[in-house]
Amino acid sequence: MTDLGIVLIKIVLALVWFLVITLYLTWAERKESAVLQDRIGANRAKIFGLRLFGLFQPFADAIKMIFKEDFVPAFSRKFLHTLAPFLSFFFVAITISAIPFGDDIRVAGKTISLQIFDADIGLLFVLAMLSLGIYGIILSGWASNNRFALLGSVRGAAQLISYEVALGLSLVGLIMVYPSLRLSEIVRAQGGLLFGFLPAWGVFLQPVGFVLFLFAAMAETKRVPFDLPEGESEIIGFFAEYGGLKWGMFMMTDFMEILIVSTLLTTLFFGGWQVPGLAEGGFHFPWGGTWHLAPWLVAVFQVAAFNIKVFFFCWFQILIRWTYPRLRYDQLMDLGWKWLVPLGLLNILGTAIVMSL
Amino acid sequence: MLKALGYFVELLRGIWITTRHFVVNMWFHTLNLFGIKTKRKGAVTIQYPEQKKDLAARHRSLHRLMKREDGKPRCVACMLCVTVCPSECIVIEATEDPDPEIQKYPSTFVIDLNRCCFCGFCVEACPEDAIRMDTAKIDLAQTSHDALIFGLDKLLK
Repeated sequence: MTDLGIVLIKIVLALVWFLVITLYLTWAERKESAVLQDRIGANRAKIFGLRLFGLFQPFADAIKMIFKEDFVPAFSRKFLHTLAPFLSFFFVAITISAIPFGDDIRVAGKTISLQIFDADIGLLFVLAMLSLGIYGIILSGWASNNRFALLGSVRGAAQLISYEVALGLSLVGLIMVYPSLRLSEIVRAQGGLLFGFLPAWGVFLQPVGFVLFLFAAMAETKRVPFDLPEGESEIIGFFAEYGGLKWGMFMMTDFMEILIVSTLLTTLFFGGWQVPGLAEGGFHFPWGGTWHLAPWLVAVFQVAAFNIKVFFFCWFQILIRWTYPRLRYDQLMDLGWKWLVPLGLLNILGTAIVMSL
Repeated sequence: MLKALGYFVELLRGIWITTRHFVVNMWFHTLNLFGIKTKRKGAVTIQYPEQKKDLAARHRSLHRLMKREDGKPRCVACMLCVTVCPSECIVIEATEDPDPEIQKYPSTFVIDLNRCCFCGFCVEACPEDAIRMDTAKIDLAQTSHDALIFGLDKLLK
């Protein structure tokens, strides 16, 4: 009974964390793009005269989208048209269950892992769920019964399937280094030190794998520079026939994908909740000193470190989104198949040679 | 291979530019947030309704009619502005003035702002300096066309 309660609490907390940060990513995107273009950005939404840098903007957006007409075109396949955004949303939202937020904590004699679903196929689970998100795109284009939407969804499917290959290959080297697919295991393996001073993070063990994963994962989020499925302004995308909250769900999915990619980058390549030097009992400095910390404080430090790393990668992805122009379709396919896939294979080969030495 | 390397260098240069903008602007935003005055601002935005940009000295804004000392319009209803107006938005009805020095005055003087293109020709044409466009009023939007037809009462204010 208590076990079930703990799991329920974990699910609620993880979902709240996920959705609130997703909501505020929309704000972060507006503000960050504004700052790097010498503008101010959304700052008008206010409650009781309180503006707070536009922090209420996501709520204003949400209210607007909720009260918009839920328009379903007469020529669309109604059931599938409605189902598509939910599929998209669901398959991204569920991936959060496999992400470890922190080390195991002990409360009242119980060991609780800060992870909902600690599967031994955690990494495969996340990749599989992200791939299933394609169904939302294909369904939305097909069910809209609109040529442009269908073209957009076909572009999206082609892009996502291409980059799925590169994404998988870029991670094979990592799996070889930390021989596990269990995400908590991968994070634990990153706790040590390399050559006595570098933290044993994935980015130092698999630098090429990191770059490949970054490119492929950015393409998976299907945002600028890889926004061929959507291309709102020029090449009409797969959610052309959506409005109101359903459109909002597609948009939310995009931001959730940023967040999931950030958590994956953190977990796989930047040590997850690991802080260099922080272990059970407190900080162990390389010169021998120790700063003793209570176990709960260690857990707080770890979760905070995880969050800071995730926020950094969210910031970084938004920076990339506002820096580069969209790739042409042939450039996109070239990058995927002629660069990322061969380099991924070379990376596997290189890793294997180094490991067998 | 070399071409791809060139692309990669350009990618890095691009992200360097945006990062620099972000960091520099955030630095000034943070300083201003804590009340430290800096010459440079984090953004070039002018927050319009609260904060207005100074208009140029020659800016053409809403018209006004000038008055004589006794409060009557300075206009002598010579119709030069009506003639020169490219939008044909000025309507003047002349009436005889008891003062033989003045001869005529406008009993109605209507500027239809729906049509006015703010070219300022009427100001240039006026021999009496009776019409000017220096009120610095630029937020003229109204909810009906009728509210944009300005008669003597509004123009003399």
